[in-house]
Amino acid sequence: MNASLRQAQGAALRHVLDLRSGTAQGAAAAAALVLEDGTIYRGAAYGATGQALGEAVFATGMTGYQETLTDPSYAGQIVVQTSPHIGNTGVTSEDDESARMWPAGYVVRAASRITSNWRAEQSLPAQLERDGVVGIAGVDTRAITRRLRDVGAMRAGVFSGDALTDDAAMIAIVRESPQMAGRSLAATVSTAEAYRLEAVGEPIGTLAVLDLGVKTSTLTYLREQGFDLVVLPQDSTLEQVLAHEPVAAFYSNGPGDPAASDSQVELLQGLLRQELPFFGICFGNQLLGRALGFGTYKLPFGHRGINQPVLDVATGRVEITSQNHGFAVDAEIGQELTSPAGFGRVEVSHYSLNDSVVEGLRALDIPAFSVQYHPESAAGPNDARHLFQQFRDLVVAKKGA
Amino acid sequence: MPKRDDINSVLVIGSGPIVIGQAAEFDYSGTQACRVLREEGVRVILVNSNPATIMTDPDFADATYIEPITPEVIETIIMKERPDAILPTLGGQTALNAAIALHEQGILARHGVELIGAKVDAIQRGEDRQLFKQLVLDAGADVASSAIATSVDEAIAFAEEYGYPVVVRPSFTMGGLGSGFAHDEAELRRFVGDGIHSSTIGEVLLEESILGWKEYELELMRDTADNTVVICSIENVDAVGVHTGDSITVAPALTLTDKEYQRLRDIGIDIIRRVGVDTGGCNIQFAVDPATGRIIVIEMNPRVSRSSALASKATGFPIAKIAAKLALGYRLDEMPNDITKVTPASFEPALDYVVVKVPRFNFEKFPAADATLTTTMKSVGEAMAIGRTYAQALQKALRSLEKQGSSFHWEGEPGDAAALLEIASTPTDGRIVTLQQALRAGATIAQAHEATGIDPWFLDQMVLINEVAAELATGELDEARLRLAKEHGFSDAQIAQLRGLDEAEVREARWALGVRPVYKTVDTCAGEFPAETPYHYSSYDLETEVEPSDRRKVIILGSGPNRIGQGIEFDYSCVHASFALADAGFETIMVNCNPETVSTDYDTSDRLYFEPLTLEDVLEIVHVEAAAGELVGVIVQLGGQTPLGLARGLEAAGVPILGTTPDAIDAAEERGLFQRILDEAGLIAPRNGTATTEDQAVEIAERIGYPVLVRPSFVLGGRGMEIIYDTPSLHGYFDRIASHGIVGPKAPLLVDHFLDDAIEIDVDAIYDGNELFVGGILEHIEEAGIHSGDSSCTLPPVGLGRAQLLEIRDATLRIAEGLDVRGPINVQFAYATGVLHVIEANPRASRTVPFVAKALGTPIAKANARVLAGSTIAELRAEGLLPEQDGTILPIDAPVAVKEAVLPFRRFRTADGRMVDSLLGPEMRSTGEVMGIDRDFPTAFAKSQAAAYGGLPTSGTVFVSLSDRDKRQAVLPIHRLQQLGFRIVATAGTAEVLARNGIRVETVRKHSEAGDEPSIVDLIDAGEIDIIINTPSGGIARADGYEIRAATVATDKALFTTVSQLGAAVAAVEASREPYEVTSLQEYHARRSA
Repeated sequence: MNASLRQAQGAALRHVLDLRSGTAQGAAAAAALVLEDGTIYRGAAYGATGQALGEAVFATGMTGYQETLTDPSYAGQIVVQTSPHIGNTGVTSEDDESARMWPAGYVVRAASRITSNWRAEQSLPAQLERDGVVGIAGVDTRAITRRLRDVGAMRAGVFSGDALTDDAAMIAIVRESPQMAGRSLAATVSTAEAYRLEAVGEPIGTLAVLDLGVKTSTLTYLREQGFDLVVLPQDSTLEQVLAHEPVAAFYSNGPGDPAASDSQVELLQGLLRQELPFFGICFGNQLLGRALGFGTYKLPFGHRGINQPVLDVATGRVEITSQNHGFAVDAEIGQELTSPAGFGRVEVSHYSLNDSVVEGLRALDIPAFSVQYHPESAAGPNDARHLFQQFRDLVVAKKGA
Repeated sequence: MPKRDDINSVLVIGSGPIVIGQAAEFDYSGTQACRVLREEGVRVILVNSNPATIMTDPDFADATYIEPITPEVIETIIMKERPDAILPTLGGQTALNAAIALHEQGILARHGVELIGAKVDAIQRGEDRQLFKQLVLDAGADVASSAIATSVDEAIAFAEEYGYPVVVRPSFTMGGLGSGFAHDEAELRRFVGDGIHSSTIGEVLLEESILGWKEYELELMRDTADNTVVICSIENVDAVGVHTGDSITVAPALTLTDKEYQRLRDIGIDIIRRVGVDTGGCNIQFAVDPATGRIIVIEMNPRVSRSSALASKATGFPIAKIAAKLALGYRLDEMPNDITKVTPASFEPALDYVVVKVPRFNFEKFPAADATLTTTMKSVGEAMAIGRTYAQALQKALRSLEKQGSSFHWEGEPGDAAALLEIASTPTDGRIVTLQQALRAGATIAQAHEATGIDPWFLDQMVLINEVAAELATGELDEARLRLAKEHGFSDAQIAQLRGLDEAEVREARWALGVRPVYKTVDTCAGEFPAETPYHYSSYDLETEVEPSDRRKVIILGSGPNRIGQGIEFDYSCVHASFALADAGFETIMVNCNPETVSTDYDTSDRLYFEPLTLEDVLEIVHVEAAAGELVGVIVQLGGQTPLGLARGLEAAGVPILGTTPDAIDAAEERGLFQRILDEAGLIAPRNGTATTEDQAVEIAERIGYPVLVRPSFVLGGRGMEIIYDTPSLHGYFDRIASHGIVGPKAPLLVDHFLDDAIEIDVDAIYDGNELFVGGILEHIEEAGIHSGDSSCTLPPVGLGRAQLLEIRDATLRIAEGLDVRGPINVQFAYATGVLHVIEANPRASRTVPFVAKALGTPIAKANARVLAGSTIAELRAEGLLPEQDGTILPIDAPVAVKEAVLPFRRFRTADGRMVDSLLGPEMRSTGEVMGIDRDFPTAFAKSQAAAYGGLPTSGTVFVSLSDRDKRQAVLPIHRLQQLGFRIVATAGTAEVLARNGIRVETVRKHSEAGDEPSIVDLIDAGEIDIIINTPSGGIARADGYEIRAATVATDKALFTTVSQLGAAVAAVEASREPYEVTSLQEYHARRSA
């Protein structure tokens, strides 16, 4: 344990004062964020009260807390926002990326006391409470972030109300909670029933979307490319998918460990053997990697932000991307690879300029590609929106051939 | 694409003198650029007329030209230096305009020089309103709707469509005459009727008003591969209607959702592409309708700007440095992020803190000026603060202004909420405090929003601060309450006020409870990657990131926000202290809160604390730094009055002060002590006395005889300094300063007999306790009575003999000995009727240090710091830092350097729209300075005039109006002007004297005289007069003099208000008939060494 770690821990344990940044008076109830390594940060309850367990991760976006919270990929996580002021603009249904907020817990520096935006329909804490997201405010989020960066993503718990108990008990609860590695969460976030969404404009055919935690924006941009969508549950079989006579297939983003998603990998291999054009985002990229026969691994603390530079190998250009991933594909950058699963030649099409992590794959002998980042952004820059067009072009070219 | 290999030398154009709207930030960006270019092996040629800058130090370029930034001069430099390219995007609008002029005059084409950083067509697309409007529309964004109306009915139809208020601008009238906001139909009828009448073509321009909208700014960068990133978003707390330079601003934007922010980002990127800024930075301003979200693009600057300097300091992303590299052809992804070292520059900084910038105004220097904030920038400086929350950053920023009443307070009863809101509805300096009082008095957020247009979120934060104050005022002052207060940015002084305690008592209680700040790091990435940047800010959080080293260290206190009298010149000294002490093996620690400066570049010192310069904040930094290693001491003598004001408190807290002691600093200000020192040294001061009351002042003035010069102690820039000619005027003076709190028992008023017709002299010297080194002796061109900061001066002196120079040196030595100075000292003398009088002495670095350093090539700023830190002059000479001979007597072939002040009068209008008076006096009002350097005085003076305001005319008409006492002396120079071919016109009295002396002169009517023929003011307005010579009589700005000077300022003509200026000007007119030759500082240096 290094010096700064000891200091943070000592200070955190000693420091019983609740900063309650969002409130002047001592009105808010107490809460604690407990990390697996025994560090405890004390603050004020925010949103729902109770107990939330999950993997603690930090997100660095300065805008877009609503999109982050409604992104199903955050299911099962405790999200620490590095941006200090959260909730200023409230929430509006227009910006929801799914029907609810997914993180187990939510950690902020300064919770806004009011909502100020012409589109706001509701305050953030009200929405957090509605969806049972147990939050904590008034903690040193930078200290927590630095800890997660140095030690790695950890299991954690947010405790407030009756759940707030003695330190040893809370630490024990956190240490007994499940690890993120090896965890399959697709069933939690996926649609139970298949449903259809019509294309915007002239349709070019049906796209089979495997919902592993899909975001509203993704569906919108796919529809805008002329796809009639059939959104399918995560446990769909090859026969069920093909029954919709799709012209192409799509795997969405989603939470969990790709190594624990064998059935979706098998399904994808089946689709690829049909030479159906395929596009995958985020979790979908990891599953394409596995379907092609590559491995995946857990990153020390993941990429979660909307300022992540990615190099597009084909054009040499940089895209500022929105990212949210704790796992990555294990493949060599800068050379033509051969799919260990027999799908021919493959290349790493995109990689992170920060740490050279694989951010995109392209199969050269079958019509399939995927990216680890979020071209639908939400939250984040729209720099990579053209990938939806690229997918359409691939499908149109395949149809023409 | 990697770096271009066809660019081996680059001419960088600087921004010239500091003026309102274009200030120290361009020294920061230019210095960064020069540094980077040289690191890249490029030969750097620099032109900048401003000697007070770091960038014009000979170390930062291969050839440094302190010359006027005119196309002619730049062409001469181009012909001499043959640069491959010109970089015009780092020197503000001045450099961009110069580049356009070079292009339009065919100079670029003639010499085959390429512009890098921005192409001419890109600059034009950004600047031309019509081109830009179309480009914004093409990008799918909006501009404010407008229409031409030739009748009142058309105007009313427009108002029905777009709503009130409507902006009415008559076409083709001078200076915005007749334009305004029509709030209802009656006003619209009146404005449009008047406007159509006064317009030469009978039409008015109507524009939809966006007053009260939210205002945002984005800083973007783009490279040759079309990679574009947004470095920073900035939100104006003040709504549209207040210039962004005068607004309180916050970074990042805090009241936009991601969808709304991304829309601004998309538009911004689209526009930078369409404008074609292909390498470098630009900033774009947006207005957002708070009711609908409609976005209007206000403007863009295709260059590094004031906001980019702020964005660099706010994010840690060095925009200017990267812009310079992009101009050489590098791509963003080819350069590392300076801060993380491992990630590339092609990213968008993420902040995990809040930055607040507040403007610093100087309206007290221009009592007649209208202090309402508008779309014309009026602030002279700014302070920035970093906090973990908005409330914390805002309160830190407000106390960084170091201005009485600039911080929130809870004294007494706030008053009536409605009345306070009414006051706050007009944007002014200090409105934020009025608003805080209104909220304290019970105004609701909705009411405050209605009155000001400020977003409710920001208003709620002020309500929060008031609530915390209420909580603090009651109950025990325990750890919880103190933490709550500190978390919301309260200073010990504010807590003390709320609790009826002394600041020191609060501090003691706080320390006893262990409530102390921690220091966080500005790292561009919100903690995602480890960063080693030595750039810190305080917060009251859990974890500190500063690990003090075990080295010997020196803390340098900077000068805070720029203001008239305390500007970039002091930053220059601080930066050099950092460089010199680092070279001498010290660890250097800088404390400052001014985002415009080189001192707050994280590259300048070993460690930078971006913190307010208050005793509390500095003591906390001392506490952390003293925790390890050896804190050799704190330097307070280089940053002007701000750090000097902290010296006593630091000393009392046991903090070692380097160099001259606080006692000695006070002795120089304390009249009795200082008089004793002069007596012992056998030196003469003007008859004088010290008053703490009005009656005392009158008694002294009558005893020592009028005129008297009155001067409050412990002020800089001649604040409250005036020449008073009689007792009624002295009473009037006390009435004027009554509300400013600058005279009282603790701050006595110094009353000196004023020496008429004296030559004023400034000396900058260094004393080590044994030896005196004179940096330079400066002779003022104006006679005594005009503040030294506003006076032009020459180095070497051209009107003093060897014996006088030696007498001055000897007097300076005796004063330095008497005061027991260790470090810099500045002494002001006056020769009156052949007798040397001591006016004042200041044992600190002066405003003229950089000028002296540039004029003589002596690094006196570095030497000042070294002597403060214990070196002797002999040691510095042995090291080669100081030359063998000091600057008392210079060789006959030494170049002559002239400093000229640049004044901001054109910026200010009175409440009824008239110009403020431009008469100079003992209170300093200039914002900046230029230097002209050449082989003789007339040419150097001519260059200084060209650099300050475009230069003296060499033909045309001269208007002369002289006070009686000046008439005799003015005859000869005016005669010479006539010989040079100028036509002479004068008012009746003056004309009579001139005619009797054989000068052909035409008489012109005074403004106040009745008559049909055009008055002198009409002639000036009509542009028929080229040089105006108007010496005021009796020290009172008489109505006529005022009208003449106001018209002159409005038409930007040469104006001389003293006879000595006139003499210099005549010589300069002759000198400027030939094209100027240019010589770089490096060439001068080589000649000196030869």
